[in-house]
Amino acid sequence: MMSHFKLFALAAISILLMSCAQDTIPDPEPVETTYGGDADGASTDGVSGDAYGGGEYLDDPTAGELAMVIYFEFDSSEVRAQDQDLVARHAMQLGNNLGARVRLEGHADERGSREYNIGLGERRAQAVRQMLMIQGVSPDQISTVSFGEERPVAFGSSESDYAQNRRVEFTYPN
Amino acid sequence: MLSKLRYIALIGLFAATVSQADLVIDVQGVAQPTPVAIVPFGWEGNAPSMPLDVSKVITDDLKRSGRFAPVSEDKMLQKPTDGADVDFQDWSFVGVEAVVVGKVIQTGDNAYTLQFQLFDVFGRRQLVGFRMPGVTRATMRGAAHRAADMIYEKLTGIKGVFGTKVAYVTAKQQGEGRLYSLIVSDQDGFNEHTVMESTDPIMSPAWSPDSRQLAYVSFEDSKSSIFVQTLRTGNRFRVSSKPGINGAPSFSPDGRKLVVTLGGVDGNLDIYVLDINSRNVTRLTTHRAIDTEGTWSPDGDSIYFTSDRSGGPQIYRVSASGGTPERVTFEGSYNARPRLSPDGSRLAMVHNDRGNYRIAVMNLERKDLLVLSKGRQDESPSFSPNSDILIYATRQGRNGVLETVSADGLIRQKMASRAGGDVREPVWSPFPRF
Repeated sequence: MMSHFKLFALAAISILLMSCAQDTIPDPEPVETTYGGDADGASTDGVSGDAYGGGEYLDDPTAGELAMVIYFEFDSSEVRAQDQDLVARHAMQLGNNLGARVRLEGHADERGSREYNIGLGERRAQAVRQMLMIQGVSPDQISTVSFGEERPVAFGSSESDYAQNRRVEFTYPN
Repeated sequence: MLSKLRYIALIGLFAATVSQADLVIDVQGVAQPTPVAIVPFGWEGNAPSMPLDVSKVITDDLKRSGRFAPVSEDKMLQKPTDGADVDFQDWSFVGVEAVVVGKVIQTGDNAYTLQFQLFDVFGRRQLVGFRMPGVTRATMRGAAHRAADMIYEKLTGIKGVFGTKVAYVTAKQQGEGRLYSLIVSDQDGFNEHTVMESTDPIMSPAWSPDSRQLAYVSFEDSKSSIFVQTLRTGNRFRVSSKPGINGAPSFSPDGRKLVVTLGGVDGNLDIYVLDINSRNVTRLTTHRAIDTEGTWSPDGDSIYFTSDRSGGPQIYRVSASGGTPERVTFEGSYNARPRLSPDGSRLAMVHNDRGNYRIAVMNLERKDLLVLSKGRQDESPSFSPNSDILIYATRQGRNGVLETVSADGLIRQKMASRAGGDVREPVWSPFPRF
């Protein structure tokens, strides 16, 4: 759901990206692939051809939108290298809007015990929280909740279902 | 934005709508069942037939236990309803070891007497005879289960659990979201009552020792809280809603305390003891690892819990008054969700068996581990109050279903939900207190 805050934040982010933050935050444009990407997804599949060296980037209709979810490896709460930039952008957004609040929702795949999976989801949410705090976000701006395996987005029992369920979602409540 | 009314604590277990047998039970793999006969019960009353086929309830109970093979009615050479008319020679010829006869007598508008007698065919003697006056239409099924419990105990020496209940959680797709229900039913799947519903997850139901209350975790308002709900009235109290995780409640044997998991703002899950009346909490563990899923030993002396302080999750034990936890499980890389048998001799857990999550039981004296289930994704083991059977959730397609297995692994049953949905987290009630 697009909140007013988020719209404002997006505007703020784009201004920031053009100005002050350029030496600390890697330029996020162009986003690596936009083909088939949806507004909320964090898919980063490459689309370069093997034998063809030409081509040009298309405009990214979602440019400036911050992805709201990051994914984790099996049994891991480490933020992957490719997601660290995204976390940094959320940190910047929060740092520039001190009234803003983010809620980090940690999730696990369905394997194993439910309450232990609540723990694993919390560990992921806390890893993101720590990263935000290191980048200057006030602890008061962040809350965490873990849903463990209780709120899957993929309902199957394949490796790719599991991979989609091991995640932390950023939510900006109104 | 989700609707403001996100949960309904359904009032009155007995006022709620009754759906018949939403769990279909399918017995698998039986060892050497004892042949018995439950003669159709006699009926003395105004209506053409008794309100409930009592002998069928008893027959189904005994059959479902896996230990008995009741003969069909057409094999019976006589159908006495009174012990004095039993011909032992006939029953010996039929080949049964025990025979049950009985009747239901109407004594008022909604008052019945249920009586039965159990005979040893070879010994030619009565093992037990019992009369239950003042049975109503509402309590007749319970009375029939009680008769089955008495028969079962006489024949096996093990206390029957046919009169006990099971609580579990279901999740169903509802529009764009899911509807979570906390359900209490008889252990045979009849008399399902939804005691709580929410569009946010419900987790970790736990029975109070007097089986009058359930503790559970609810994510209503999008944060976790622990509630204690009285089944008869539907009244409930939010006993813990601290910042961060409030999870994994389990009652102390005296019913006054809960062992719970609290995470705090920094998300360090530790085991705490919560006094239900005062809401005071005492911290039992301080490790920075995940410590969760605490459960009391039946003697109240210690608390078993899951911790990944050694890397993967393993089960540890700590004195209920605090101290240094001691590791209990060493076999395999994943052992979680400990539950003790009510007799205190065995520990059930979720165990990773070559990549499959299965229910295993450890004999606490011999320390050997017996893997009891066969699924890929089995979870939430809970002992029956006679320590003889375990109920747990397993996967069937995309949905969870319930299974039971005898603690020796020989008798397995599947309970498929007729109502559909994803069934999980079964917990067996204690024995009822009359």
